[in-house]
Amino acid sequence: MANLNILLVGVGGQGTILASKILTHAALAQGYTVKMSEIHGMAQRGGSVVTQVRLGEEVYSPVIDEGEADIIIAFEQLEAYRSAHFLREGGVLIANTQKISPLPVLIGAATYPDTILANLKDKVKRFVEIDGLKLAAAAGNAKSTNVVLMGVLARFMDFPQEVWQDALKARIPEKLLALNQKAFAFGYDYPGVAALLETVAGKE
Amino acid sequence: MKTLMTGNEAIARGAYEYGVRVAAAYPGTPSTEILENLAKYPEIYSQWSPNEKVAMEVGVGAAIGGARTLVTMKMVGVNVAADPLFTVAYTGVRSGLILVSADDPGMHSSQNEQDNRYYAAFAKIPMLEPSDSQEAKEMIGLALDISEGFDTPVMVRTTTRIAHSQSLVELNDPGERPLKAYAKDAKKYVMIPAYGRARRLVVEERMHKLAEYAETVSVNRLEMNDPKIGIITSGISYQYIKEGLPTASVLKLGLTNPLPAKLIQEFASKVEKLYVIEELEPYLEKEIRALGLEVTGKALFPPYGELSAKMVREKILGEKNAQILPFEAPVRPPVMCPGCPHRGLFYTLKQLKLTVAGDIGCYTLGTMAPLEAMDTCICMGASISGALGLEKAHPEMAEKLVSVIGDSTFLHSGVTGLMDVVYNGGNSTVIILDNSITAMTGHQENPATGKTLMGTPAPQVDFVALAKALGIKRVTEVDPFDLDHVKEVVKTEVAAKEPSVIITRRPCALIVKTSEPPVEVHDCTACKMCMKLGCPALSFDEANKTAVVDPSLCNGCGLCVNVCKFNALSKGGAN
Ligand SMILES: Cc1ncc(C[n+]2csc(CCOP(=O)(O)OP(=O)(O)O)c2C)c(N)n1
Ligand code: SF4
Ligand code: SF4
Repeated sequence: MANLNILLVGVGGQGTILASKILTHAALAQGYTVKMSEIHGMAQRGGSVVTQVRLGEEVYSPVIDEGEADIIIAFEQLEAYRSAHFLREGGVLIANTQKISPLPVLIGAATYPDTILANLKDKVKRFVEIDGLKLAAAAGNAKSTNVVLMGVLARFMDFPQEVWQDALKARIPEKLLALNQKAFAFGYDYPGVAALLETVAGKE
Repeated sequence: MKTLMTGNEAIARGAYEYGVRVAAAYPGTPSTEILENLAKYPEIYSQWSPNEKVAMEVGVGAAIGGARTLVTMKMVGVNVAADPLFTVAYTGVRSGLILVSADDPGMHSSQNEQDNRYYAAFAKIPMLEPSDSQEAKEMIGLALDISEGFDTPVMVRTTTRIAHSQSLVELNDPGERPLKAYAKDAKKYVMIPAYGRARRLVVEERMHKLAEYAETVSVNRLEMNDPKIGIITSGISYQYIKEGLPTASVLKLGLTNPLPAKLIQEFASKVEKLYVIEELEPYLEKEIRALGLEVTGKALFPPYGELSAKMVREKILGEKNAQILPFEAPVRPPVMCPGCPHRGLFYTLKQLKLTVAGDIGCYTLGTMAPLEAMDTCICMGASISGALGLEKAHPEMAEKLVSVIGDSTFLHSGVTGLMDVVYNGGNSTVIILDNSITAMTGHQENPATGKTLMGTPAPQVDFVALAKALGIKRVTEVDPFDLDHVKEVVKTEVAAKEPSVIITRRPCALIVKTSEPPVEVHDCTACKMCMKLGCPALSFDEANKTAVVDPSLCNGCGLCVNVCKFNALSKGGAN
């Protein structure tokens, strides 16, 4: 297989780091070479966080270039918008519908675009929009939104279920495991994904 | 066993495996995690120093003492440490001494983009540049060998993408941790001019030997492929070339000072078109040209920012990428946390319309809207001394002028500035923002926090006593959440006809979490006063004309309660 480029974007505190750890754990278990790059300097101060994961037989650059991400998992709408130019043609964009206003918006110096999802849907053929927060809450803890999104991601990858389950076990503390497994399943079984897989398959 | 590691973790692992005994550093992105990881190995003594010069000197002492030693810092830290560095290059070492300089192309978290490879050339010390985490680990071993074999400090230069990217590392068991006996050797270690002149010759001879060594050392290697395109490179750029131009021939340089002239010439003679691809300055390029070779480098690539595989493809092959989605999103700048102890002070400084000589730390965010209360920020420590200069240029400004500096920054290089203010009759007001931690770089201990890197209790610097000892007569401590008091004190001290120090005391909101419930909003008059605080937990609902508190973010600090003149904001659970 050609190298797979996966970009995780979000806002500090949304759990992108744990998500990327689950992903890299699974990829390593599948025998891939993995590189991951993170710009997290200001994560604690509410800035954007970007984690880039590249996997394949042989991976050199740890960085994903514009127009070269196979999959983008955006934990927040504005960040989906900001990072969309990284997506390759035919790539998958998974957008959590949660909105977190940046300070310029909070203080009225900028407005939060209200057409993000519509615009993305318009331009990106393989677009999944999902209220991960709601599904995570239903699974037992809103903080598991990241794991819901990993469940969605899993649908677009060919790793066996056990590999994902092992990765969850390895990366999530015992007492939170059950609810995160549930969150993962909610993402994996998200109806929006199935529909998308079909329409895309139908179109191609 | 192979595990994913950042470059920084790998360097720490290398120090562990290759027998390092002593490590010293001052935090700074992207170098900080090296010592944080090293501190997990109890067999190695590691410490945060108050600044990089001190860390370097601790390292020099330990290496002269016969222990393998690691000193780490971000690139601007080397400016601070340059003084001992340039002279330990003369004395040499007894046991291995490594300086890790972590550069930041792209300025992800730095105030400039300096290319520290020039420091190695300038100081006449060997330099290694790893291209991934495995190399970062191995190069710690190689650097120690070179350091001991050639009796010289060695610089290992990383960049953000090496330091913060993860790749697979093979772990080995640690070797022995040797300690040589100490013996006095004044002619080698006392750099009076007479001895220094002798050592100066040793340095030249050593560089010649190292240049020979560079020709054969395994980290300088030819990867011959299609001879049409030949590329000389080092560090992270190597990965971009392998990714973007898999068929090109490459001369990968791991030891980049001194350079292997013969190897470079040999490579040049084997390829049809010679390129040099390096981030930042034309460091390699100029040396290659000096060998009389024709080479293309900065004619194609910018001397600033980061490179990428895509850029390499575009510039060398003229390939253009497919179309890019065209969206533009409003920026998401970092902001002070909800409940940050710095916020209220900057709100007050703005209200009082003061000129603020700033410094580096979380509080530098006070320059962003809506606070916008900072006039300058140059380097660590420059607030106090810079304010003194401003005051000397414009004596009338003294009554409108304050400098602001964090606890860690004050200890790093603010103390001498304050001494200068007293000594040379300055009149400005210095505000030390004591949040009891080095927050900006991810919360490290410092000499005022009462704890060391390895977790042992330590005495705490007493800022009040220190300021008084320097000759400041007016020293006031305030709680930065008590806005009325802060305003009163700042007004009084700025007006005073002598220098003064104000210390704001409140721990960082991420270190000491409050148990206060979130603030509640009742009958908001829509004056929007609270929006001037720039708290990310506060927003304004234009449709319903009311302030809104996000209870999941609010830490209940009460700052906005103090700011609201109409009692529309109240402490949660109060009524
Ligand atoms: C010479 C140098 N070393 C290190 C850094 C990285 N750095 C920036 S601010 C800072 C310390 C900030 O701590 P403090 O002054 O206590 O302020 P806080 O962030 O806690 O508000 C450090 C280490 C730097 N910019 N320059
Ligand atoms: S980390 Fe601490 S000092 Fe820095 S912005 Fe947050 S609360 Fe303030
Ligand atoms: S009390 Fe007010 S200022 Fe403090 S964190 Fe909550 S909303 Fe922000």
